[in-house]
Amino acid sequence: MNMPANKILVIDPEKVSDFKGKVNPDWCPGCGDFGVLNSLRKACLELELKPHDILTVSGIGCSSNFPGYFNSYGMHTLHGRSLAFATGAKMANHKLNVIVTGGDGDGYGIGGNHFTHTARRNVDLTYIVMDNQIYGLTTGQVSPTSSLGMKTKSTPFGNVEFQFNPITSAIMNGATFVARAFSSDPKHLSDLIKQGIAHKGFSHISVFSPCVTYNHDNDVPFFRERIRKLEDENHDTSDWKSACEKALIWDDTIYTGLFFHNKEKTDLGHREPVLDDGVAVCQKQTELSEGRAKTIISRMM
Amino acid sequence: MPSENYDFALAIGGAAGQGIATPGNILARLFTRHGLHFNAYNAYQSIVRGGHIFLTTRFSNEEIYSHGDNLDMLVCLNQDTMDRHLGLMGDGGVVIFNSDSISAGEMEKNVQLCPISVKALSGGSSNKLIQNTIALGVILALVGMDFEVLAKALTQQLQRKGQQIVDENVAAARAGYEYAKENFQAHTKTIPDSGKPKAIWTGNDALAMGGAAGGVKFYCAYPMSPATGVLHWMAKNARELDIMVRQVEDEIAVANMVIGAAHTGARAMCATSGGGFALMTEAIGAASIMEIPCVYINVMRAGPSTGVPTKTEQGDLWQVLGASQGDFERLIAAPIDALDAYNTIPEIFNLCDRYQCPGIVITDLLISEGTFSVDPDNINLQPEIDRGEVITTGSNDGSYLRYKNTESGISPRALPGLEGYAHVVATDEHDENGVIISDEYTDPIKRRRMVEKRARKFANIVDKIAPPQLEGPEDAEVTLIGWGSTYGVIKEAVSQLAKQGITANQLSVKWIVPFHTEAVTNIINNARHTIMIENNYSGQFFRYLRSETGLNVNGHIRKYDGEPFMPHHIVDGVKEQLTENTTHYVPTQEIIV
Repeated sequence: MNMPANKILVIDPEKVSDFKGKVNPDWCPGCGDFGVLNSLRKACLELELKPHDILTVSGIGCSSNFPGYFNSYGMHTLHGRSLAFATGAKMANHKLNVIVTGGDGDGYGIGGNHFTHTARRNVDLTYIVMDNQIYGLTTGQVSPTSSLGMKTKSTPFGNVEFQFNPITSAIMNGATFVARAFSSDPKHLSDLIKQGIAHKGFSHISVFSPCVTYNHDNDVPFFRERIRKLEDENHDTSDWKSACEKALIWDDTIYTGLFFHNKEKTDLGHREPVLDDGVAVCQKQTELSEGRAKTIISRMM
Repeated sequence: MPSENYDFALAIGGAAGQGIATPGNILARLFTRHGLHFNAYNAYQSIVRGGHIFLTTRFSNEEIYSHGDNLDMLVCLNQDTMDRHLGLMGDGGVVIFNSDSISAGEMEKNVQLCPISVKALSGGSSNKLIQNTIALGVILALVGMDFEVLAKALTQQLQRKGQQIVDENVAAARAGYEYAKENFQAHTKTIPDSGKPKAIWTGNDALAMGGAAGGVKFYCAYPMSPATGVLHWMAKNARELDIMVRQVEDEIAVANMVIGAAHTGARAMCATSGGGFALMTEAIGAASIMEIPCVYINVMRAGPSTGVPTKTEQGDLWQVLGASQGDFERLIAAPIDALDAYNTIPEIFNLCDRYQCPGIVITDLLISEGTFSVDPDNINLQPEIDRGEVITTGSNDGSYLRYKNTESGISPRALPGLEGYAHVVATDEHDENGVIISDEYTDPIKRRRMVEKRARKFANIVDKIAPPQLEGPEDAEVTLIGWGSTYGVIKEAVSQLAKQGITANQLSVKWIVPFHTEAVTNIINNARHTIMIENNYSGQFFRYLRSETGLNVNGHIRKYDGEPFMPHHIVDGVKEQLTENTTHYVPTQEIIV
């Protein structure tokens, strides 16, 4: 195999493929994550975003390799910590479109604490989780979203723990845009991503992104048979109770679509007085003025 | 006539909630405005009310470097203080106490007991804190200061509580002042004429201010004693100084948010204590492999685990040295006092920016929560700021390599938002273009190239940083070696030893990484008798010194009871080791709180 030359990234994308990164994904053929990657490329093209104004941030896991496959600034960070990195980046440069990508283990397991508090703070981030209900990169262990009874390498006799529900959790913790999608329905997904990016506040899009290698319980046919879209059900996205009730349904019917949207709550950046002047934190003057210096000293006397 | 060297130590002891901080602050302001140097150490417990607090303050017309050994004046706000601390009184000392509720202890030395009836002097006030104000009046009378300066200070301190409170307190202070003038003898140490006023700060203030002056624009924390003061200073000053301050869910979030903010180009910093630092460690390696400059402060307290939350120790050196998996570049500095802590922050930021790596500042409770005077002219609030190699203009060429394999190992940084430089920074090993090597095939040639590129940044870094100096006579009988916060107490021990006919010098090391191996080796090789002084049990710095120099020392003085060294602890240890050929001395702590 020859070493690929340094690929030149497109500065001003005109087509979906212009949002391709320096390398192609190393995901298994048929992985659901391809659908998510393409949907985000399409959403960014349609929103006319420039690669240099986007920061994609991920943790660790199969899906967390995402930033490398996408044409934008990217941070491929630590397992479970993507939201913390992203919050720091967004608060220090609120002009960037910060899009966070990762998996269910990364976001709902090890990163659960940050998920809770990022939602509570309503940081203006778009958080896309590729939920395959399994730990793939470590070759198939149970995850927080694995179904009860599911057999994995770490639960050879069946999972005895209940599933984590990302939708109800996000809503109850204060997220202001909460949706669920299916990677095999890229049109619906990319439309939700577009709405999520446009939303000012913490938008969470949890995507069923089946693992073809390690999860044979929740494959594409499993979801195809069950998925019903909220858009077809006359769902009121301002009603958090109804949103939670529909998000908890997990039988012959599983809902996708926009569960909850709160347009009233301001995001953290808009509540932070240091950003009132519109100047990004990373661009603020670093030197103390003579006057400020004198004030500091006078208070010490 | 004023004595030439005025060196006065005063302690106030009582229960938490008895309001010791307020008289402590007023005295600090009064004496430093008078131009005296000031050093205070507050021994307390992790309890909001109850427990025992013992605030030691020391004033002098000459530079002082520790809270000293003996007391000239003791103010007992409860019986406990009388019972526990009378033994610290020096000859000619004065003990002030409320005779309504506290009975005098037995004293062998020549000490003046000054009972005051708070009930009588306050006119039966129901204000429980009034005894503190009366005591302030008594103190001022006995040290020989004019009452009006106290009246002014009380008015300033209390005016937001209303005129009635001001009047009540000024009257009580005056009653104490006049009662003392009539009934007690003034202390034999006479306060010198006023000199140039000093400023006061805590070590935590100094760390935070160092950040503000050094251009920190993003500060993030989770509260943890004894580092919380940095957060408080930052939060209070944030809006005025245009600094983003965030308190977040845990130290893991703190450590990673700091990197996220730093990646956009903001100078980003955080402070915690050992337990919080333990949670931060994974992030430090991440900052190193992604080559993002940011600063982590670990203010040590006595560990392990929750340990003794309000007590000091130098027990985290190996934690800091071992923080984060892998073999990587980071800076580690241990400031020697509050002013040095202040100066260290802009200094380490400049180095972190230049070498694109994380920096760790390791200090301890003794500095962070101690209160010190400082000559305001010594605080440089506009230090040099060097952001290193940062690309600021856009490009259409698209050939940018974030981790370009340069000769210096330093690859110019482009910050997100700049057109034409889109790239990925990764915690996975990556190639020059930021592509993670496992995405192609795991390539030992690329891996080696990137390890060596990062390492080259540090190849000559030691030459860019001032080496430690030997202080004191070169051919001294004994060389005292310490690191970080023990600088001041060792310095005082050296001068006490000189008065007792023992010539000593001192080596205090600030830079842990990079380590000035050559300078330290030369000093130790030329020393006649070396004794290492550490505020821990196992000699963490000694073991590090051996690993870096291969050298041994003659003896050790170690303290690990939670309290900092007092000068005589070191003096006693040195004398014992020089005369009795011993090699290990553990002083006994006299102040039990």
